[in-house]
Amino acid sequence: MPPVKDGLKKYKMSIETISLSGRKKEVSNKKMTFWESLYLVAIVKGLFITIRHLFKRKVTIKYPEQTRELSPVYRGQHMLMRDEEGRERCTACGLCALSCPAEAITMKAEERKPDEMHLYREEKYASIYEINMLRCIFCGLCEEACPKQAIYLTKSRVMVKPNSDREEFIYGKDKLVMPLDMAIKNTQMKTAN
Amino acid sequence: MEQSIIIEKSIFIVVIFAITMLMAMYATLAERKVAAWLQDRIGPNRAGKGGILQPLADGLKLFAKEEFFPNTPNKFLFVAGPAISMSTALMTSAVIPWGDKLHLFGRDIILQATDINVAMLYIFGVLSVGVYGIMIGGWASNNKFSLMSAMRASSQMISYEVAMGLAIIALIMMTGTLSLREISAQQAGMNWNVFYQPVGFLIFLVCSFAETNRTPFDLAECEAELIGGYHTEYSSMKMGFYLFAEYASMFISSTILAVLYFGGYNYPGIEWATENWGVNAANIIGIGVLFAKICFFIFFYMWVRWTIPRFRYDQLMRLGWQMLIPLAIANIIITGIVILLTQ
Repeated sequence: MPPVKDGLKKYKMSIETISLSGRKKEVSNKKMTFWESLYLVAIVKGLFITIRHLFKRKVTIKYPEQTRELSPVYRGQHMLMRDEEGRERCTACGLCALSCPAEAITMKAEERKPDEMHLYREEKYASIYEINMLRCIFCGLCEEACPKQAIYLTKSRVMVKPNSDREEFIYGKDKLVMPLDMAIKNTQMKTAN
Repeated sequence: MEQSIIIEKSIFIVVIFAITMLMAMYATLAERKVAAWLQDRIGPNRAGKGGILQPLADGLKLFAKEEFFPNTPNKFLFVAGPAISMSTALMTSAVIPWGDKLHLFGRDIILQATDINVAMLYIFGVLSVGVYGIMIGGWASNNKFSLMSAMRASSQMISYEVAMGLAIIALIMMTGTLSLREISAQQAGMNWNVFYQPVGFLIFLVCSFAETNRTPFDLAECEAELIGGYHTEYSSMKMGFYLFAEYASMFISSTILAVLYFGGYNYPGIEWATENWGVNAANIIGIGVLFAKICFFIFFYMWVRWTIPRFRYDQLMRLGWQMLIPLAIANIIITGIVILLTQ
């Protein structure tokens, strides 16, 4: 639709003629003339539109070589964090399981023994911590709920590896807890800074 | 002398056959590439550098597929369909003049498999037989969709052959010969027929789209209505032959367009090149020029395919019978009047 000033002059403002989207087109059913019915002009117009696309920048991302940039809020594989001394942060409070809308998290709490002081930070820890990856929707609510900052959704591009066995998709602590050498490296980086 | 002619011609035929196959093969790749480019994509680029081995991969895949026969009483016709399609697509190239002549081993070699004086009629004859491939295949499939598609293809070809023939009549009135060699020779320099017969060229172009079953006239394989059309029941290399025949006939009809209306192997300055660089160099450039024209037309076929949607069946028939045929007849009359006035 032309600017409002012209529009007012040209069209009467009525419910039939008004165009809210600005893209309204009058559909006419008038008979085509001989030249129009040969479709030649229309076809030539169309050919010019397509040939312009031949020289346009291609939008394809060549996947294995190029990868799409991740969104800043991307959420990937979960990880149970360790603190600076390499101890597991999780205290098995169950808030993550409670907050999980997909009910994917289960855990079993256990009391820390005196000789396990170097393994777990709090007096209580999760002896079993399982996430069912078939249920998980990667919403990140567990991360938000966690009072000990123990569970994080990493930026890992590898989400869940394909498998034909459903049992394999229930990830236990062996897959979720941060590897020790990674924790050591993190601490080294921090102390170096 | 006799023997040398036989050897010369057989070598030439093998070369033409190989070139036609190669062009058809790479037309399949070009189709996919052009489609991708026109849609802002890249297209196949994994097999070989830039996808150059893609046609081989496609062919290999088709060979490896299961050979399926539908429950049809006409097993022989079922096999004959793709065979006829393929052989008619390849037969036309016999009369095309690919160049003027080469001077090799102390003798002139004419760059044409055979120079028959009714080449135009021969081409029309072979083109008309081409529809039998589709018709027989569709009939022998014992499938109503294939049969409907075959009916559509044949009625479409018959209607468009009329307009095509009428467009050619105007051209023949002008050139006074049916031999493609003479028609090519008459268009020396920039004396191309398209400048004298623009309307005839347009009609011929539209009809050649219909004759090769290309979009916007590919009603015979209209997926939305007829599944795969006449090749619904085909698998493996029989299907491959149908698809391949389409590209081969696209190459041949591009060649005919280039020879009849765009000067064939002629290019401006061919005499100068002959005088200064010799016959061979001038004619090799001429062959290159002809192939450039052919490639342009093949590109044009693809360009149109990805621009225009398919016609509806009644639109197709109306365009053929009510627009193109009257136009072609008017073209003949006007050509006749002009010839009468100028002579």
